[in-house]
Amino acid sequence: MGSNANTQEANAHLTTPTRLTGSEIVWATLVGEGVTDVFGYPGGAILPVYDALRKFPIHHTLVRHEQGAAHMADGYARASGKVGVAIATSGPGATNLVTGIATAMLDSIPMVCITGNVSSKVLGTDAFQEVDITGITLPVTKHNFLISRTEEIAPALRQAFQIARSGRPGPVLVDITKDAQQGKAIFDFAAAKPRPYRPHPMLNVEQNGLDHAVELIRNAKRPIILAGHGVSESGAMEQVRTLAERTQIPVALTLLGLGAFPASHPLNMGMMGMHGEAWVNHAIQEADLLIACGMRFDDRVTGTLASYATKAKKIHIEVDPAEINKNVKVDVALVGDLREVLEELLPRIGGRDGSAWLKAIDASKGACAVRDIKNLPDDGHLYAAHVVHDLWRITEGEAVVVTDVGQHQMWEAQYFHHEKPRSLITSGGLGTMGFALPAAIGAKTACPEKEVWVIAGDGGFQMTAAELSTIVQERLKINIAIINNGYLGMVRQWQEFFYERNYESTPLVSPDFVKLADAHGISGRAVRTRAEVESAVHEARSAPGAFLINFLVEKEDSVYPMIPAGSALHEMIRRPDHDPLLESPEDL
Amino acid sequence: MLHTFVAYVEDLPGVLTRVASLFRRLNININSLTVGRSERPGLSRLTLVCEASAEAGHRIQASLFKLENVVDVDDIAQAPSVTRELALIKVAATPQNRSQIFELVEVFRARIVDLAPESLMIEMTGVESKIEGLIQVLNEGEERILEICRSGKMTMRRGHHTSRVLRAMGAGVAEKPSPEDETTNAVEESADIEPA
Repeated sequence: MGSNANTQEANAHLTTPTRLTGSEIVWATLVGEGVTDVFGYPGGAILPVYDALRKFPIHHTLVRHEQGAAHMADGYARASGKVGVAIATSGPGATNLVTGIATAMLDSIPMVCITGNVSSKVLGTDAFQEVDITGITLPVTKHNFLISRTEEIAPALRQAFQIARSGRPGPVLVDITKDAQQGKAIFDFAAAKPRPYRPHPMLNVEQNGLDHAVELIRNAKRPIILAGHGVSESGAMEQVRTLAERTQIPVALTLLGLGAFPASHPLNMGMMGMHGEAWVNHAIQEADLLIACGMRFDDRVTGTLASYATKAKKIHIEVDPAEINKNVKVDVALVGDLREVLEELLPRIGGRDGSAWLKAIDASKGACAVRDIKNLPDDGHLYAAHVVHDLWRITEGEAVVVTDVGQHQMWEAQYFHHEKPRSLITSGGLGTMGFALPAAIGAKTACPEKEVWVIAGDGGFQMTAAELSTIVQERLKINIAIINNGYLGMVRQWQEFFYERNYESTPLVSPDFVKLADAHGISGRAVRTRAEVESAVHEARSAPGAFLINFLVEKEDSVYPMIPAGSALHEMIRRPDHDPLLESPEDL
Repeated sequence: MLHTFVAYVEDLPGVLTRVASLFRRLNININSLTVGRSERPGLSRLTLVCEASAEAGHRIQASLFKLENVVDVDDIAQAPSVTRELALIKVAATPQNRSQIFELVEVFRARIVDLAPESLMIEMTGVESKIEGLIQVLNEGEERILEICRSGKMTMRRGHHTSRVLRAMGAGVAEKPSPEDETTNAVEESADIEPA
């Protein structure tokens, strides 16, 4: 756990070339790259590195499973914007990282994973705990390195950090053989600096493109801005907001875009796509111009491509040239960093009157426009929407929420209104169950001053529940809300809609989560009615340590509305009439 | 359509896997792949030919550029270029029927590079159709082909378009053949026999 740091000594390594072991070089390079926290699990092939840790001012969080280490590094990066670092041993330690690496890859999260490997002399001989981890992770990393010489460690690690954080960020793995860790070499941090960053040669923001975009925006009658994860990754929140406000164009968000544009802003439409509000998706289908900012037209956002926004011209502002025309053919591609492109674009864009279109959208909201579930009568049932909504209200939207994957994730996206970037941490692209608990540990480590809530389902929580011990060992104040409906809820919902309610393998027996927490030394309580929600949330917030609330919610509730996979954006499954969550003005 | 990519990649272990893996992931079969040293120290040059939709070219090129070890990528597409392939063909031949093969080799401007009591080896360089032509004629004749070894296509743009010049012109991405490209065509074509 500890890090008996001798900061001065460590910094001396950085300024004066010194002869060090490979293991010391690993840590010294991390210190030089600004790393203060790492997440990992020791083992034979990485032991030399662990042996050297005590000499460096880096805090190591011992995880319970390497998948947790990768998710923690990921959550750390998502919460702070810094590069997350995970460490594991060879073989099973390394393969356990893979799900976490793929999660980071799909969501473009900057992360460096360091794995030990067997000695270079026995590489490729099926030595004990040997696995070809660079081969395995090749498709799920931005890049990876196999390092077998001590002098290569510092340059490779420094380049790994540059690759992870540059352009479209992503995970990088550095696999270091045991003999390279044990060998000695001159450590010269400055000399190990990576070669100059090479921007993707196909980045292309042409005068023509900018002019065309300006013209499309000027002439559009029904424009919508589609804002994605790229907004916060590029730090373009202000620019997107300026664009929206000046042109009075409403903004729809992807799941990972939530928070990049304030939920309370009058131009905010909320989430689009599979579980977005029907009126948002209808507006996209009716639009005559889509301005896609740092998003990639994922299938969860577009529905079937053939019928996606057919009336709209499309402007795509995107940092990755490989995303252009991948799913949706666009009319103008401005390929570059979103913030830089918008800064070039904004001076050419004047005000415009968007009131007619905004009014038309507003009129199409119908009952959804007055959704206010906090005023719904308490009929004794507990719905996940209540829990999430109350959580938002009580925390005044200031908490960092880390969700797992499934129904609760979508309810979070619908009912927790995010005002700031990095306030929702969720696995979007890969949809990794088990993400929430470890990612929250990473987020809390990165931002100890922030209130961190885990919202997880009963299924996903059990995938990585072992990390409860990590929370205790690290003395982290993390609040955990389990949305417990006794099913793998989202899968059950699909079975209900598309498999004739054949609930095969979705009913789920769980431990008593409050007792489970208690066994770890974590306080908790169960909540069965709406009336108890508020006091439970208060109790959790005021508890000195971690706190777990087991919300026993309605078992067969579904996330509405929903676009069935493979359907068009306007072909949504709406809330059934009898659903007590169906909002109507009379409820107010 | 048939795509031809020319790429400069770092001459390091595993780089070829990274390139090949990209095509594997897209479920695209690589028709031919040649790799060798280039005029740039530490960099290999590869020519990769594959069958993919017309729109796939952009994405493949953009994805290749995303690989850390890939320095340059040129999508040759329909740009004026020279493509060659090398073939070694071993044919069963006895002193009695050698002369027929010698004649064929002469017509196809190939060479005999090995002569054994019961076989001989033909070396031929040319475009794909020319090599196919020789193989077809050999198959149709009395001769029995024992082995064929083909290098796969190597492609180079015509004119002065080295990768560096291309990049300076900003044309590494969207290739627009310039008039000077056209002028070099005639010279090259006349040097070849392309059997029907």
